[in-house]
Amino acid sequence: MATALKASHNTQAAKRSSESVVMRFAGDSGDGMQLTGGQFTLSTALTGNDLATFPDFPAEIRAPTGTLFGVSSFQINFGATDIETAGDDIDVLVAMNPAGLKTNVGAVKRGGTLIIDTGEFNARNLQKANYVQSPIDDGSLGDYQVLAFNISQMTVDAVKQFGLGNKDALRCKNMWTLGLALWMFDRDRAPLVDWLNTKFAKNQVLADANIAALNAGHAFGETAEIGGLAQTTVDAVASAPGLYRTVTGAEALSLGLVAGAELSGLKMFFGGYPITPASAILHQLSRYKEFGVTTFQAEDEIAAICSAIGASYAGQLGVTSSSGPGIALKGEAMGLAIMTELPLVIINSQRGGPSTGLPTKTEQSDLYQAVYGRNGDAPLCVISARSSADCFDVAIEACRIATQFMTPVMLLTDGYIANAAEPWRVPSMENYKSFPVVFHDKALAEGEKLNPYARDPETLKRIWIKPGTEGLMHRIGGIEKDFNSGNINYEAANHQKMTDTRANKILGIADHIPLQTVDQGDDTGELVIVGWGSTYGPIRQAVRRARAVGKSVSHIHVRHIWPLPKNLGDLLNGFKHILVPEMNTGQFKTLLRDQYLVDAKPLNKVTGQPFKIAEIEAAIEKLLI
Amino acid sequence: MNDLTPLKADDFATDQEVRWCPGCGDYAILKCMQRTLPTLGVRPENTVFISGIGCSSRFPYYMATYGFHTIHGRAPAVATGVKLANPELDVWLITGDGDALSIGGNHTMHLLRRNLNIQILLFNNEIYGLTKGQYSPTSRVGTKSPSTPFGSVDRAASPVLFALGSGARFVARTVDTAQKHMPEMFTRAYQHQGASFVEIFQNCVVYNDDVFADFTAKPVAADSQVLLEHGKPMIYGKDKTKGLRLNRDHLHLEVVTLGENGITEADILVHDETNKSVAHMLGEMQFADGYPVAMGVLYCNPAPTFDSAVIAQNADIAAKKGKPDLNKLLRHGQTWTVK
Repeated sequence: MATALKASHNTQAAKRSSESVVMRFAGDSGDGMQLTGGQFTLSTALTGNDLATFPDFPAEIRAPTGTLFGVSSFQINFGATDIETAGDDIDVLVAMNPAGLKTNVGAVKRGGTLIIDTGEFNARNLQKANYVQSPIDDGSLGDYQVLAFNISQMTVDAVKQFGLGNKDALRCKNMWTLGLALWMFDRDRAPLVDWLNTKFAKNQVLADANIAALNAGHAFGETAEIGGLAQTTVDAVASAPGLYRTVTGAEALSLGLVAGAELSGLKMFFGGYPITPASAILHQLSRYKEFGVTTFQAEDEIAAICSAIGASYAGQLGVTSSSGPGIALKGEAMGLAIMTELPLVIINSQRGGPSTGLPTKTEQSDLYQAVYGRNGDAPLCVISARSSADCFDVAIEACRIATQFMTPVMLLTDGYIANAAEPWRVPSMENYKSFPVVFHDKALAEGEKLNPYARDPETLKRIWIKPGTEGLMHRIGGIEKDFNSGNINYEAANHQKMTDTRANKILGIADHIPLQTVDQGDDTGELVIVGWGSTYGPIRQAVRRARAVGKSVSHIHVRHIWPLPKNLGDLLNGFKHILVPEMNTGQFKTLLRDQYLVDAKPLNKVTGQPFKIAEIEAAIEKLLI
Repeated sequence: MNDLTPLKADDFATDQEVRWCPGCGDYAILKCMQRTLPTLGVRPENTVFISGIGCSSRFPYYMATYGFHTIHGRAPAVATGVKLANPELDVWLITGDGDALSIGGNHTMHLLRRNLNIQILLFNNEIYGLTKGQYSPTSRVGTKSPSTPFGSVDRAASPVLFALGSGARFVARTVDTAQKHMPEMFTRAYQHQGASFVEIFQNCVVYNDDVFADFTAKPVAADSQVLLEHGKPMIYGKDKTKGLRLNRDHLHLEVVTLGENGITEADILVHDETNKSVAHMLGEMQFADGYPVAMGVLYCNPAPTFDSAVIAQNADIAAKKGKPDLNKLLRHGQTWTVK
């Protein structure tokens, strides 16, 4: 939990200490806020704090300067205890311009700190942010500790010696700000200096100027005797021993796919098409060619999935990735993969919808699309990731199910997880069980006819024959196939049998996934909060707090959305109330009601922002009066 | 089929009952393919037929090779995945005018642009057969169909011009009834390294019968078609008296008669299949405007293929990066240790 900063006024040198801090950098999309936040995150991780981040940026690449819709922000919650969310209310807001202040000040807790660059608070920028007069002067910021100084001017002064133009000089102000932030939390500047030297290796002047700005910001903290500006220490969190790094969801997912392909013994083929917020996976995987990964940027979303299906047919692990609108386009091809019973991993980095919706904001509103959204009775397996680091294991699980059951698997992640970073205890591949694929290559006996749809009697998966295998030539396709021969068959009874078989194959996966566990709390009780996907963090913290004050609340987090774990229904029946917080209008709630006839109640939020812990706490409060 | 004895046409035929309408031009193309493949020395297990949706797209079910009957318009994308995953496979893409140029136009364009090393056979019957006779993107203006009872008003797409415009490096044309010419085109297409595009005029006996008869019927064929041969003058006609001359003032082809107005063979343009400008002019020739229909290889000018470039880059980067180590990759970048 983010606690307010407690100042010690005994001596100038005394440092405050805090269990956790929520900090947000906000400025124009051209101000480099994502970069500043990313580097502050790295510095935080190296200090040993637990952390969670929330990058939030406009869909426009370079929105007009100074506008409210052009504000880009980066929030980080770091602490000496377990951090599961990017934090509810902000302790420290850095506002690089009036628009950044206007759009973010409402999220700052009373008594929180505002660091403001007065250099940008000119008439024009104030007007763009719809301020009649400067909020610094009109008393409207009375609830906060305001630290306003001319960062722009101090940056220009600090880099004067390098002879940069005014525009280039001002671009260093994010490093000045970062320098001040590093001082505020007593951080080592050396890794940042190294990073700047690498980043600007080809332009030493820029490297030096940015380093000078970073040092100037740090020195300002050290020397300026401004009331309220003090150093705060946040102790390292007591983490499990091991090697750590920070990882975003997109990074962990890409690495997990590489790992999954390796564990299956297959080469991976990734067909993708650029779309926010899924593109990062395509970028990441295109760098891993030495791991047998082929990436193909197709002409459209349909070609992306179809090429992956073609690769699976040819004996590789086909993977495709998109966000909601692209997933909609891929629908017909998913049916083909279901009909031809080929392995395929489909990743959906969900964003706000419908249609183009909110491309850069997060939502969980594609669950119906994932479970139900295709023509015909077209079942596939659906699983979800709960956090950035969790994406690694979930990606491996998707590869396992796809190859072991000859089915498409949809992996649901979201825009929040894709971009957010958290510390990750790096696993060792030796600890993962491999699931090598065995291609069918058994020669036919004299007079024997090949049935490419011959099935494993237990899992119902069909055999997988690679083209190129002698004597086993066969034809597959989207038309219904005969259960016994694999030839085209339009007959009524056969279609019934094949439809049932496809459904039962997917339902049977439930025998090969872990039973549902209770994340926190008892197996029965007054209230269970059931979550899936990226709501894990806020639910976990909210339940922790409620339990700390003696409330009978449990937390169940569901990873396998379809099929559901076999014991989930029994578990749910052990609770008087069931609450399902979701960043949609109640999709998983409906699924649970349908499957178990339970009175699951929704808690919905579709603002494009993750749940706050307090919002879930309030809902618990209301149900357990 | 476990040894390498020469194969026969029958070895490429499946036991499935062929379900096209009696008299459909597709039968002739199927037979031609089954006869041609043994002459190419290919193995059925290394051959894959991939199709979209439409009458022609049933083709793979009748070939005793590997086959994938995919979804409408998307065969080029599936074929791209197959070929990139296993470039050793011989991939033939079977498509029609609606499948390749309407719903799948985007994929066809990009497959040709990328120059994926496969053969594309476009069965052009200028009609939607499987959906019962609607006009297609290659139907001529005025085509009456269930969806255009008063005649279609939009202009037709030309498959060969579409291919040339998309950057195809091999463009050829033949007719379903040309049982000698068609195997030659299949062979040339197979031998060409890169995307080989072959338009086949294919007669739909039910919905668009004899739509090509004006220039394909036996009595008129010789006077209505010019059979292109690389390095030979473009002379045609029953008596070999007609030819194509390049009008250098207006940069277009014109039909001339040998022996008239002092025209000799020296005036006739020699076909150079590596010349894209001439290929374009040949594709532009409209029978209705008094031109012969160009048959044969309009354009052949090989270039590096997409699949070979992808494989080469993958191999090159892999060689530079050395033996992959996943544990090392996971630990890449800045890390810290908690004790």
